[in-house]
Amino acid sequence: MIVATLAFIVADGVIYASWLFIVAVGMTLVYGVMRILNVAHGSLYALGAYTAATMVGAWFQRGYAPLGSFVLLLVAALVVGLVMGLILELGLLRFLHGRDEVVVVLATYATFLILEDVIQLIWGVEARPAPQPYSLLGTTTVGPLLLNNYDLALIALALLVGGVGWWALTRTIAGKLLLAVIFDREMAEACGINVRRVFLVTFLIGSVLGALGGASTAPMISVSRGLGVDVIVLAFAVVVIGGLGSIPGALLGAAVIGLSRAAAVHLLPQAEVFAIYLIMTLVLIIRPYGLLGHERLRKV
Amino acid sequence: MAARDRTGAALAGAFVVFVAAGFFLPSWAVSLVILSLARGIVALGLVVQFRSGLVSFGQALFFAIGGYAVGLAGLKLRLTDMIVLTVIGVAAATLLGAGLGFLMRRYREIFFAMLSLGFSMLFYGLLVKTETLGSTDGFNVPAPTIFGARLSALATRTLLYDLTVAAAAGAALGVHWYLGTILGRLDTALRDNEVRVEYLGYAPGRVIHVQYVLGAALAGGAGALTAMAVGHIDPSMAYWTTSGELVFVTILSGTGSVLAPFLGSLVFGLLQTYALQYAPSVWQMILGVALLAIILYLPGGLWSALERNRARA
Repeated sequence: MIVATLAFIVADGVIYASWLFIVAVGMTLVYGVMRILNVAHGSLYALGAYTAATMVGAWFQRGYAPLGSFVLLLVAALVVGLVMGLILELGLLRFLHGRDEVVVVLATYATFLILEDVIQLIWGVEARPAPQPYSLLGTTTVGPLLLNNYDLALIALALLVGGVGWWALTRTIAGKLLLAVIFDREMAEACGINVRRVFLVTFLIGSVLGALGGASTAPMISVSRGLGVDVIVLAFAVVVIGGLGSIPGALLGAAVIGLSRAAAVHLLPQAEVFAIYLIMTLVLIIRPYGLLGHERLRKV
Repeated sequence: MAARDRTGAALAGAFVVFVAAGFFLPSWAVSLVILSLARGIVALGLVVQFRSGLVSFGQALFFAIGGYAVGLAGLKLRLTDMIVLTVIGVAAATLLGAGLGFLMRRYREIFFAMLSLGFSMLFYGLLVKTETLGSTDGFNVPAPTIFGARLSALATRTLLYDLTVAAAAGAALGVHWYLGTILGRLDTALRDNEVRVEYLGYAPGRVIHVQYVLGAALAGGAGALTAMAVGHIDPSMAYWTTSGELVFVTILSGTGSVLAPFLGSLVFGLLQTYALQYAPSVWQMILGVALLAIILYLPGGLWSALERNRARA
């Protein structure tokens, strides 16, 4: 009995953590490089989810090959992320360069408000279910657990994103330049790194990841209003626990939140929301810079 | 020579005008003014923090504490006097703020915003799962009385309006006095350079603690007034979007004067009322565009536009 409950908790926790990681890693990357805590990341998530749901719905309506819908999810994320990323970075964030961090947060909050209504104007208020891809892959039985293979694919996707991210950051020239910018923006600029271009590319990658989070979630839920609102604070919690701007931190934060939420759901359902923010607050109190973050020096 | 300070006179004038207007305004406008002034009181606390560069993304915590203190006092203690309830709201929020302040005073910038957000979401998480308090639905607050007398709905409403106007004027006057003291003048210095403030012999943490408790007390009182005016409280009062709205009003108003948050909040309230009536589907978009416009073109808020005009005249 206890073993079964534990298995449920671990399975649910790992699946939820994978989802959280995909959603939050883009946010922490953007913060690490650009020092922008992007509230509109939640809107990118919602846009990705809506676009994917609509495209998948149309795909199945026309009776095309079902497996193609997975490619469609990725395409939706790419299109939404690139288009919105370009608009936001070139149209807004570029002009806020050098303003207070908190002011930039407010600007992205304004963007979030605008996009909330844009989404509603485009898709209306009805829910957009697109459940087909979720049941397409069948299920796997492991001991007492009946796992949907789509969930397993989500875990694989999270591992892939994390792995590619790690490889790109530590094994490629572009990634090393990026790390240099994260470590010291001014010094990197002085060494001849085109920081503007690094910013644009980073923001595009972050946006695509946000949209990917939404697109990969679309088949699991019924996409409806207010999707982005909850995701923002969750992603905040992940990013803060791991350490703002730390990519391994996002993985750790997602794992901590995923497992503790799963434990709360199975053992003490009343504490589901509470547990997440309790951990976030405790981490901020004990280690303000996050579990894997670095302290910033005070400047006179 | 600096221009003469007319804030006191302006406040007294506004107080008289508002109280008199209470007898003429239609009931929807009375509600609008009560809620706007209450929101302005919260924003007043945020303005003080904003002057030293701190933004609390969790002020809804104290707003909700004030509201729930009123609700619980009404429900469990059978207290319904509007003045007593407002004091209870302020007291509850002040106590919590004083305690949390010991932690908050160590944080700056984005970390201050995140920790305050964390505390408010913690309270939200507690409220949504507490079934005795109605979970996500919340519960109704009993109609307030005054000095033990239960008056007609209209009379109660007018008195609540007067109480809110008096609270707003009192809060503005108090904060205006505070900003003139050494402690109050340190906040802009903190924004410019904290280390130098330490060299001057002041403890930045203590200044921030005082500001935080002040903000908490104001938000608690405003939450109490709002709960009585609306007659209902629910967990969304503590959700991060409520905090976002409060910060929005702060940015819209600017930090130029203690009158600014009330002006900003009334503009916000009017905008909200008309937008929800004529263009409900683009209400948030209007908010977002307004916020972006303020950040990009009018960083000092609406008040700075007024001042610029005055300087030109």
